[in-house]
Amino acid sequence: MTNTATRVYSFYRDGFKQMTVGKTLWKIIFIKLLIMFAVLKLFFFPNFLGNNFETDEQRADYVLEQLTRMPAQVN
Amino acid sequence: MIDVDLSLVNWSRAQFAFTAMYHWIFVPLTLGLSFLCAFYETIYLKTGDEQWKTITRFWMTLFGINFAIGVATGIILEFEFGTNWSNYSWMVGDIFGAPLAIEGIFAFFMEASFFAVMFFGWNRVSKRFHCFSTWMVAIGSNLSAVWILIANGWMQNPVGMVFNPEIARFEMENFAAVVFNPVAVSKFTHTSSSGFVMASAFVLTVSSWYLLKKKHVEMAKKSIIVASVFGLVASVFVGFTGDEAAYEVAQKQPMKLAAMEGLYKGERGAGLVAMGIVNSTKEPGDVQDAFLLEVRIPEVLSLLANREAGSFVPGIDDLVYGNTEEGVMGVNTMMEKGKLALVDLAAFREAKKNNLEHVAADALQRFEVNKEFMGYGYLDKPEEAVPPVNIVFNAFHLMVVMGTILPAVFAAFLFYTFKNSITEQRWLLPVGLFMGLFGLLAQQAGWVTAEVGRQPWAIQGLMPVKIATTNLSTTSVQITFAMFAVVFTILLIAEISIMLKQIAIGPEGH
Repeated sequence: MTNTATRVYSFYRDGFKQMTVGKTLWKIIFIKLLIMFAVLKLFFFPNFLGNNFETDEQRADYVLEQLTRMPAQVN
Repeated sequence: MIDVDLSLVNWSRAQFAFTAMYHWIFVPLTLGLSFLCAFYETIYLKTGDEQWKTITRFWMTLFGINFAIGVATGIILEFEFGTNWSNYSWMVGDIFGAPLAIEGIFAFFMEASFFAVMFFGWNRVSKRFHCFSTWMVAIGSNLSAVWILIANGWMQNPVGMVFNPEIARFEMENFAAVVFNPVAVSKFTHTSSSGFVMASAFVLTVSSWYLLKKKHVEMAKKSIIVASVFGLVASVFVGFTGDEAAYEVAQKQPMKLAAMEGLYKGERGAGLVAMGIVNSTKEPGDVQDAFLLEVRIPEVLSLLANREAGSFVPGIDDLVYGNTEEGVMGVNTMMEKGKLALVDLAAFREAKKNNLEHVAADALQRFEVNKEFMGYGYLDKPEEAVPPVNIVFNAFHLMVVMGTILPAVFAAFLFYTFKNSITEQRWLLPVGLFMGLFGLLAQQAGWVTAEVGRQPWAIQGLMPVKIATTNLSTTSVQITFAMFAVVFTILLIAEISIMLKQIAIGPEGH
């Protein structure tokens, strides 16, 4: 078990060490994820229903209100 | 008049479209290049020829670059669902939850676990296991696309669900119906096979450049043979799946088909527009000609749309105002039914709030009669159900033109490569340089056809886009739109520059 874990660890360690263009790509991936989750998601993309209502019942009621708020005049 | 800020709706729509189209630059290349890598490596495994290993590693590197830049760009779409499309997200959570969770658990982990072997495993695992891992990455990548396209297919043809008016959610009733939704099946087969074409075209672009520069000639020729065969076979498949997709559109979204063909007056034995210039001032119901110029192939549209020559294909006017002779219910009639459904839904909600169970039960019974037209109740006028014909028509025909050019060029490359005279075809190699661009144009035009063509609906017939949006300030959406434009442009520049650098280095650098 330990032996397998060591082999898997060294597999990834050596793989990462030997990367050339991969290192640049990983940097891009990390920067991208950082911007997405630490900036965009946190400050610009709040979950509207998740943040503004406490229970699913309130959320459902809000959406139902949105769905039925128009006059809906019958011709 | 519905109290909705249309500038907010349009900005939210533009933001989503921009993010999705950007995401869609990378996805088809991933879907197709993964299989091309698997083909190249399988040939290496079978022949033991080291040059095939070099070829495999080279294309694998370009696949890795594309994957790394494209990965997680789709997550932004999920952010947008929660922020900009909260009504919609709430309502479809039960339907989308299952396919997207399966995508995350099954396809993503399958892909990710073999990805490391594919890139780190050369000389560390057996050749056979390495090749197996490459195939698993290809299959995993394509399986990821299955689930998201099932979700998209459901939006275009909502099946296997029931609307629960107490909690305002669509609830899954039949998982198999959602998974095997004919629109989803045709969407997946058409989309994935077009991704194969796109990737094959990309290989031809890079290989043509090498041949023109007289660099890595043998590698380029071998790459071309496999990519041309794959591209050609996939193109034929794209043709069949495209026919099936168009048939499904004709049956489930006739307004989209009418817009794709610029057909205003429905007819029996309708012709297919081979090429045309749309009259952009034409409005539904007026007497103007739909085209300034058109070349039509008689009878073909009826045959393709209904599998029956001489059958009736409804036009935009028939669908908007109805055609009793042909049994087409107009949007005007559906709007009346939809408004009744909304009145009954409001009455149900009110009665429930006041604990008037009998009144609620009566309202629900009435709602059930017209609920399938619910979405039409939100429209202000029947003409609102018509998508932008000019955009849809041109996008569709651009896709078809590209879809015709691509297999012809694949065939030419294959022919001259087998004749061993591809390097002498000075007219063909410059065309090959543009193949990736042609593939990309076909992809994006196909996306525009599918998504602009289904406007105004977020969920076909049940929820228009303007009801799906969150009531945010337009400025906040404009700000995030601008941020995306900057971030995504930087990412795109990064991808192109890294990829160009790797192409310049060539296969010896791998």
